[in-house]
Amino acid sequence: MWGRLNWHAFNNGLVALGGQLTMLLALLAVAALLTYTHRWKWLWREWLTSLDHKKIGIMYLAVAVLMMLRGLADAAMVRTQQATSVGSSHGFLSPDHFQQVFSAHGTIMIFFVAMGLMFGLINLIMPLQIGSRDVAFPFLNSVSFWLFASGMILINVSLLVGEFSAAGWLAYPPLSELAYSPGVGVDYWIWALQIAGVGSLLSGINFLVTILRMRRPGMTLMKMPLFTWSVLNAMVLVIFAFPVLTATLLMLALDRTLGMHFFTAGGGGNAMMYVNLIWAWGHPEVYILVLPAFGIYSEVVATFSRKPIFGYTSMVWALMAISFLSYTVWLHHFFTMGAGADVNAFFGITTMIIAIPTGVKIFNWLFTMYRGRIKFVTPMQWFLGFVVTFSLGGMAGVMMAVPAIDFQVHNSLFLVAHFHTMIVGGVVFGFFAGLTYWFPKFFGFRLNERLGRYAFWCWFVGFLLAFVPLYILGLMGATRRLDHYDASLGWQGLFIVAGIGVMVIIAGAGFQILQLIVSIKQRNDNLDTTGDPWNGRTLEWATTSPAPVYNFALLPPVGERDAFWATKRRKKSDEEPVYEDIYLPKNSGFGFYIGVGSFITGFALIWHIWWLAPLGLLSVIACIIIRSTDEDTEYRISAAQVAKIEAGQEV
Amino acid sequence: MTKPLTTDELAAVTEQQAAAAKTIFGFWVYLMTDCVLFATLFATFAVLRNNTFGGPAGNELFSLPFVLIETLVLLTSSFTVGLGVLAARRRDRNQVLLFFGITMLLGIFFLTMELTEFHKLYVEGNSWRRSGFLSAFFTLVGTHGLHIASGLLWMAIMMLRTARHGLTDLSIKRLTMLSMFWHFLDIIWIFIFTVVYLMAGVV
Repeated sequence: MWGRLNWHAFNNGLVALGGQLTMLLALLAVAALLTYTHRWKWLWREWLTSLDHKKIGIMYLAVAVLMMLRGLADAAMVRTQQATSVGSSHGFLSPDHFQQVFSAHGTIMIFFVAMGLMFGLINLIMPLQIGSRDVAFPFLNSVSFWLFASGMILINVSLLVGEFSAAGWLAYPPLSELAYSPGVGVDYWIWALQIAGVGSLLSGINFLVTILRMRRPGMTLMKMPLFTWSVLNAMVLVIFAFPVLTATLLMLALDRTLGMHFFTAGGGGNAMMYVNLIWAWGHPEVYILVLPAFGIYSEVVATFSRKPIFGYTSMVWALMAISFLSYTVWLHHFFTMGAGADVNAFFGITTMIIAIPTGVKIFNWLFTMYRGRIKFVTPMQWFLGFVVTFSLGGMAGVMMAVPAIDFQVHNSLFLVAHFHTMIVGGVVFGFFAGLTYWFPKFFGFRLNERLGRYAFWCWFVGFLLAFVPLYILGLMGATRRLDHYDASLGWQGLFIVAGIGVMVIIAGAGFQILQLIVSIKQRNDNLDTTGDPWNGRTLEWATTSPAPVYNFALLPPVGERDAFWATKRRKKSDEEPVYEDIYLPKNSGFGFYIGVGSFITGFALIWHIWWLAPLGLLSVIACIIIRSTDEDTEYRISAAQVAKIEAGQEV
Repeated sequence: MTKPLTTDELAAVTEQQAAAAKTIFGFWVYLMTDCVLFATLFATFAVLRNNTFGGPAGNELFSLPFVLIETLVLLTSSFTVGLGVLAARRRDRNQVLLFFGITMLLGIFFLTMELTEFHKLYVEGNSWRRSGFLSAFFTLVGTHGLHIASGLLWMAIMMLRTARHGLTDLSIKRLTMLSMFWHFLDIIWIFIFTVVYLMAGVV
């Protein structure tokens, strides 16, 4: 009846019990708070069923921040284990549990933190930047979010019921095949990513159409803000890359559940094909994350240097060059496959070429600062921190692009240090800069500057403490994913330094939480009453903070780049504004239901509950059909109501 | 003679058309993502087609005349779905029902043939478990079959709604997208016919 599921699945030892209890207590606390404040209905009406892109964006951010705490906890466990598990001591984690922890860390950080922060920021800002009232397909947007959320819940349920994958964040076969990973862990990995991945793919379509079809008249492609440009590029990458992930995960799932032979060691399977396919998605994925971060830096640097971005055209072409090249480098993740010198040379050279457009961007940002009137606020600190770390990591990357060098450091901690430099120093710093920069636009008040600075310095110093030792350890021969090593190797000192680094990073995250709490408490001192707290250049600052539900009462005119900056320079007209009726999408619960149905399907497939899986899938199909029969999906805000809201009489 | 539209009416029509164009453009993009998905499966098939693991190869399993009939059935259905969309543009409900009905029958016939082939392979001991080649075969062709099945479900719903509520702007838009989906599956099938079946003779 319940497939592989039995009571044994709930018992995973003491360390897991700690995680389980923390999670359950947190859930209970939230539920109690909602009940106590009578907020359940409010939650459902204002948030869970909302099709407003801004609210969906905030929900993405909430999920991503929660998951970041989990990912950081995993990182701390990995570091503690590696700092203590030397010689006769074997640390506090069993080898199997250790493997689950680093697999969960990587999976969660990429799919549910970085992707979540990215889609959150895009949802919140991109429609405002192009002067639109919504995204192209608001309902699809809600479906995307709920698929993302149901993947996230699935991966966290693995902590309560059963186990998580012990096969690394990309689950290479044959290790991830049934013969070597007979448990449910890899299945949790597959279905959590499959569901969230479909959500990402739908978001990619949605945002691409939004940018191409819903810009204000006058905003030609070469007048778009650079953040929007970076999103456009990233979404093109999503559209080409995510179907590959979907197909690859499907094949691995078929291997495991139906006994197929795509990647098995025997039966005519080909494990290296999996590695090729997963990186054909995986490499563009890195750029899917980093391009929007580049876009954020472009906005931040221009705003706080009070100058238009230097070399706009070259910035756009650099984005496109990076996007194109990102599909020509996937093999550099496994030069050791044995493809031969000519193939390796090709991929080595294309990898090095990527450094050129990236370098163009870095220099353009620096030239934007040159002779600018720089305001040295926290977003700029994140930017400068990024320049340092990203350049370092980039140089390590160019080094590893040489196949002969890569053979030496393949699968070592040098590589781990390299990609963390790119993803923490590039992506995460960028998203933090964006969050600080746009926070007033989301919530109507600025974040506390001083605590933001503390957080930055903790992250920056902690980052160097945590990863410089890993570069050195990698060159000393330490491979990644070690749960134990011999004392005579002399590595422990560096591992301890790295562990201290993670603690400093966590202190940084602590300061960020404190910053949020303090800022909420002191919000009246930091209110943004103008809607334009930083003297911004692009259209998101042309409306009030937080933006009203319809974004713009009167859609803003666009004649040139930095449209809002140009408007501010013009004389204001004294004419009374004439408002029009505005139509907006009604709330819908079907996105939520589709998420629930997908979760049930995924859970049933993981545990081989064969009657439940089709039931879940059917419920999803039924939801889509029922929703499609509803033709009355919009509501009207009359011109009079708009006038009232604009005059501040009604919220 | 029809009266010329007022400015307001014209604006409303343009807005509607823009919204419909947006959805159809979005659907095109979706089709391209599906195309990448199939491209991945084709690439996989190309890698695994000789990995028979001691089992039978394609040329020992496939009957080309059988597959040719399948192909012709599907091609004909693409023609009839085109006629269906033309009828929808003329707002001719009965013809829409007729042509989409024929398309559906052809689709069901195609799917039945495909399942017959799958069943035959299965009972002869040549299931997807047999070898990497057969895994890739069943997955590629089966994914196409699943798409056909969802197209049929969509078609059934559209026909039910057309029979009951007639043709609206919304349903014409959806019928257009359905026909795009169907033509797309036809193109994918042409590639399957070539790469999987015809090239099975090429060793």
